[in-house]
Amino acid sequence: MSFANLLRGAALVLLIAFLLSPQSFAPLFAPLTQYGAPPIYDQGNLLLLALAQLATVCCAAVASTLVAVGLGILVTRPAGAQFLPLSRTLVNIGQTFPPVAVLAVAVPLVGFGEKPTLIALFAYGLLPIFENTIAGLRSCPPAVLEAASGMGMSPRERLRWVELPIAMPLILEGIRLSLVISVGTATIGSTVAAKGLGEVIIAGLLSSNTAFILQGGLVTGLMAVLLYDGLAALERRFSPSIPLD
Amino acid sequence: MILIESLTKQYGATTVVDQVSLEVERNSIAVIVGTSGSGKSTLLRMINRLVEPTSGRVLLDGADTRTEPAHLLRRRIGYAIQGHGLFPHRTVAENIATVPRLLGWPEARIHERVKELLEIFQLDPAVYAGALPHQLSGGQQQRVGVARALAAEPAVLLMDEPFGALDPIIRAKAQADLLDIQRRFGTTMVLVTHDMDEAFHLGHRVAVMSEGRLLQYDRPAALLTHPADPFVARMTGLNDRAMKLLALTTAGEAALPGSSEGPQVGASASLREVLSELVWRGAASAVVLGEDGTPCGYLTVAAILARGRP
Repeated sequence: MSFANLLRGAALVLLIAFLLSPQSFAPLFAPLTQYGAPPIYDQGNLLLLALAQLATVCCAAVASTLVAVGLGILVTRPAGAQFLPLSRTLVNIGQTFPPVAVLAVAVPLVGFGEKPTLIALFAYGLLPIFENTIAGLRSCPPAVLEAASGMGMSPRERLRWVELPIAMPLILEGIRLSLVISVGTATIGSTVAAKGLGEVIIAGLLSSNTAFILQGGLVTGLMAVLLYDGLAALERRFSPSIPLD
Repeated sequence: MILIESLTKQYGATTVVDQVSLEVERNSIAVIVGTSGSGKSTLLRMINRLVEPTSGRVLLDGADTRTEPAHLLRRRIGYAIQGHGLFPHRTVAENIATVPRLLGWPEARIHERVKELLEIFQLDPAVYAGALPHQLSGGQQQRVGVARALAAEPAVLLMDEPFGALDPIIRAKAQADLLDIQRRFGTTMVLVTHDMDEAFHLGHRVAVMSEGRLLQYDRPAALLTHPADPFVARMTGLNDRAMKLLALTTAGEAALPGSSEGPQVGASASLREVLSELVWRGAASAVVLGEDGTPCGYLTVAAILARGRP
């Protein structure tokens, strides 16, 4: 086992152990508290909060993926090419508009809870998937596309059997990137009462409890890193690298 | 049989192919040759409707190619291109199986056909069926490309500079293989190239194109002896046209009855090769051996030279 894998394994074990039994880590966090404040977050179950955050992120990622891949396919077809500038602008707005601002706008429309967070994460996650889908589809060598059409594939068959498989590694990379960004960003959802680790960080900020802030931040960070690595490993397994000449 | 009737392609004000008509006989090879930008590839791609003609029509065995959807038409026509265009994410066997799969052949028949083709193209199925294209050499990739084009037993095979990317030795071998395949399956072939030697070597008939127009469509020898246009004469090459003409006739065809002294040559050797052999050996005549290895006639330098002019 390589050093990197060893490190990953250790991080995973640490994360699971902390989420299952946070009180065992109390002595570690105790020095960060003052005036006898609780060293471990005690207003909710850390495991459930982490899972809730992951669930929100995954829901948003599924929606972003469907829309971004769909748009990416559309604008690389001859009939949809004219929509490329418009789509790119919309997706870019999703990325540049700060998620906090999206929350502020969304709350009056859909109320407090998970919904505004889902909207913010959805909009924020579109760009990497969209751009990678386009890059992937454009990476298909012209001779391969010509051969596919020349042998009698309809445009739909060509997309399904040739273009998407060749673009898949890049599309997966875009999804991975989007997921990882979302895991971190999702913590702000707690400001509008979405379940998540942001709750822990906010509680820490309100009560000047550095231990809480650190817990929320560390768990979120570890989840993002492990998710990134795990998905990368999956990608390597399912899409052997193809040299495109 | 392919019948092309006053086929024209215009992009805006530019005419890429201008009123081209020609007929490719069944079981023959027609080669379209021209400089780049002559419209030869566009002409080829209008046969399988990768490019839709502006006007004119193509008849395939008497039927207008526009009567069925383009992608269904293309499944009946083999297509091989320069740089092979193999699917990088699919194994060699899956690549070859592309058109049979599209046509919905049963798996067992597809499997048989892939194996047969790999053997025809001298690629051991045990080694190459499961390989990915990037694991093959350039020559092997090109062979897989042609095998894939032939997979569904098309009556017509279109090729766009299929050997353009190969080095001379592999190219000669690929050309010999192609002639072999053509004799074996009787496939009607249309091949595009910019290489006149390749055109003469492979084509039963050669079409010379320039600036979208068909200048001449004739047997190779006729292009040399009766060029219809100064451009055709330039394309065929004026400085060694006698040698090119000699290269088009085999010793068997030109052999004189009787026997003579001199080196022995095979009946399938070209007169150019025989002449070269005679010059090299300083001999004045050669004995021509038939397929069975017995003498079937003789050739003299004078008889060969007489064949090198119209």
